[in-house]
Amino acid sequence: MRMSGADIVLESLKRLGIDTIFGYPGGVVLPLYDRFPAHPEVRHILVRHEQGGGHAADGYARAKGALGCALATSGPGATNLVTAITNAMMDSVPTLFITGNVARNLLGKDGFQEADITGITMPVVKHNYLVMRAEDIAYTFAEAAYIATTNRPGPVHIDIPKDVFTEEAEFIWPESVSIRGYDAFPPLDEAMLRQAASYIDGAERPIIIAGHGVILSSAWDELKTFAEKTGIPVLNTLLGLGSISTDHALAYGMLGMHGSYEANHAASNADVIIGIGNRMDDRALGRFADFNPTAKIVHIDIDPAEHGKNIETHAAIVGDAKQALAALTSMVRQNTHAEWLRWIDDLRAEHSFSMAVPSGPELSVQHVLKRISEVNDDSVVIVTGVGQHQMWAAQHLKFTHPHQLITSGGLGTMGFEVPAALGAQVARPDATVWSICGDGGFQMTLQELATMVDENLPVKMAIMNNGYLGMVRQWQELFYADNYVSVAMSQPDFVKLAEAYGILGIRVESKDQVDDAIRTANAHPGPVILDFRVEAEGNVWPMVPAGAALKETVEAPERPQEVAR
Amino acid sequence: MKHTVIALVEDRPGVLNRCASLFRRRGFNIDSLAVGTTEEPGISRMTIVVEDEGAPGIVEQVEKQLYKLIDVIDVANLTSAEAVMRELALVKVRCTSAQRREVLDLIDIFRGHVVDVSPAHLTAEIVAAEDRMTAFIENLRPYGILELVRTGRIAMMRGPQTNVVHELEPDSVLRFHTESGRRPEGELPYVSD
Ligand SMILES: Cc1ncc(C[n+]2csc(CCOP(=O)(O)OP(=O)(O)O)c2C)c(N)n1
Ligand SMILES: [Mg+2]
Repeated sequence: MRMSGADIVLESLKRLGIDTIFGYPGGVVLPLYDRFPAHPEVRHILVRHEQGGGHAADGYARAKGALGCALATSGPGATNLVTAITNAMMDSVPTLFITGNVARNLLGKDGFQEADITGITMPVVKHNYLVMRAEDIAYTFAEAAYIATTNRPGPVHIDIPKDVFTEEAEFIWPESVSIRGYDAFPPLDEAMLRQAASYIDGAERPIIIAGHGVILSSAWDELKTFAEKTGIPVLNTLLGLGSISTDHALAYGMLGMHGSYEANHAASNADVIIGIGNRMDDRALGRFADFNPTAKIVHIDIDPAEHGKNIETHAAIVGDAKQALAALTSMVRQNTHAEWLRWIDDLRAEHSFSMAVPSGPELSVQHVLKRISEVNDDSVVIVTGVGQHQMWAAQHLKFTHPHQLITSGGLGTMGFEVPAALGAQVARPDATVWSICGDGGFQMTLQELATMVDENLPVKMAIMNNGYLGMVRQWQELFYADNYVSVAMSQPDFVKLAEAYGILGIRVESKDQVDDAIRTANAHPGPVILDFRVEAEGNVWPMVPAGAALKETVEAPERPQEVAR
Repeated sequence: MKHTVIALVEDRPGVLNRCASLFRRRGFNIDSLAVGTTEEPGISRMTIVVEDEGAPGIVEQVEKQLYKLIDVIDVANLTSAEAVMRELALVKVRCTSAQRREVLDLIDIFRGHVVDVSPAHLTAEIVAAEDRMTAFIENLRPYGILELVRTGRIAMMRGPQTNVVHELEPDSVLRFHTESGRRPEGELPYVSD
């Protein structure tokens, strides 16, 4: 059937099962917007800023475990997407970003609102396209979605000149895509698996580091079976939280810069480390050279470029985590590591103070988070911003299932908390979505409150209002001798702000108001802003100072300057 | 140490940009980069000379990162033992008629050719591996090199082994892969906002 490029775009989205798109209109995408009413199966959610649309698509993808999609116009609309695209790239989130561009005969001539957006996004996408003919649109969308969702997922960007939307072509949906430079399902190397199995069977102090890849490849059941068969304790990276339930006897929480004391020391003292779907990142491993120079490193990742990138790998398994774990489980022997677990448990008991919820009368972020976790049931979806509140959320919330924690890891994008929560709520309309917001981050993207109102998205936004860019303040306190520069921020009255948007605002100033506020928010059918007036200068402990090794994990010192280096 | 990396890539707009962008972003130190067509229409071949600066892991990362690009079909790291490696250079050297005989002898020794000559200069071409190329240029330097251009290294395995792409694209998708992204020919209607 012949149709316009705009119709082909919308038909293609339908074929791909994309029923929701977060977008913002403008001149060059008008031909596309003109056709939305003719395709009611595709819901367009009008955001208030393209970055918000991009993060919403990201949050949607993470909450649903499916492809998220955002749309923007050329020039400023497209450049506004760049942070969101980069965020999705760093965290391997399957996303499709569509931009319009100036008409073909104006490309490269600096016309009104032209940006070389494919040139700009090139280093921050898994792949991108500039579609120059309407007849190429359908195939491009099919290929783009295939690339975005397979192998190591990531953002794919499609740029379409205005006159391609209006050009007519036959709509031919491809039966299959074929990309010779791309292997969606690389086969497992049997010999490498055997090598890994022999390290694992011979290990006395093994640990697993489970990352985002476990969630992306739906390998949580296989992870559990593998860990239970081998008796190996499981640590998580930030994005791996939820891949094993906090409740599980072998789950030992997060490692890294703000990981638990016992997790960091377990990783530092292990003799075999099995990384699964993680990037061996500096925030998780500390100073690479001294991370754990004697351990045998087994690393399962579908992206071979992650193997040996930061630390030497002894058994590099290229492949899907789900398949690889299943295969590995059948090769290793049943085992227990009671003594090793006891060693970690003892550390945990001795050092529990380092991550304890402050017991004083002041309202602490940790206390608020504990209550949010306990008042809600395990099905709650958690979104966070970036900073102290994010690290406390990782430490103190309970994560029982995958896709439960949605947070910006690799890029650390403040402002993610509001639009990503919006996207998560769209993806999971029946779930209770709590967004743990920084007072700083919230102000970066709060324009999306209006979108929540329009779309009646009952997100509960808990602002951890410490009046500071808390994480930066913590670094200035510890590493720059209390020299606070540009970290104290004045805030609007968040309750009045809520009112201005026509949503419920609740101020919480003391511990005894916390539970009621959480319950009131949950009972309210619409979005809610909770302004938690938390202690201003709390610090996140334990901490591995930047550039230090994991074994140099510092616990709350009496004089914080002690950690200055 | 220098490594010779071959990348077989789809001949599409932006491919060179993608590779160059990757080298820049990851800080790979590229000595030379030569790109051209191959025996197979639609496939270009890049020969990249990478300096590993004493960290052998670098080449492995170059290979893996290149391979991650969707448009890169295959990557290989050729060692000098298994491959023939050549480079072409054109050298314009100052040369009076009195000096001509000795310069011609030099060119002969290095199995180069004279491609252009005037009373005051001489342009030589040479095809050589790196060592001989360097020696040639150093020998000409005393006469005064007016201009020098080198193509960068290209390489091919010795013996019957090849670095080629065997996987042909199905007809159903060939068109999209070879033509999409190119500007359509002819006048387009003027569209503006
Ligand atoms: C877009 C962006 N700009 C700057 C930073 C650097 N940064 C990291 S944490 C942080 C402070 C965050 O403050 P807030 O949102 O109030 O959270 P808190 O640490 O106080 O919990 C800053 C500025 C960042 N991560 N992202
Ligand atoms: Mg703050």
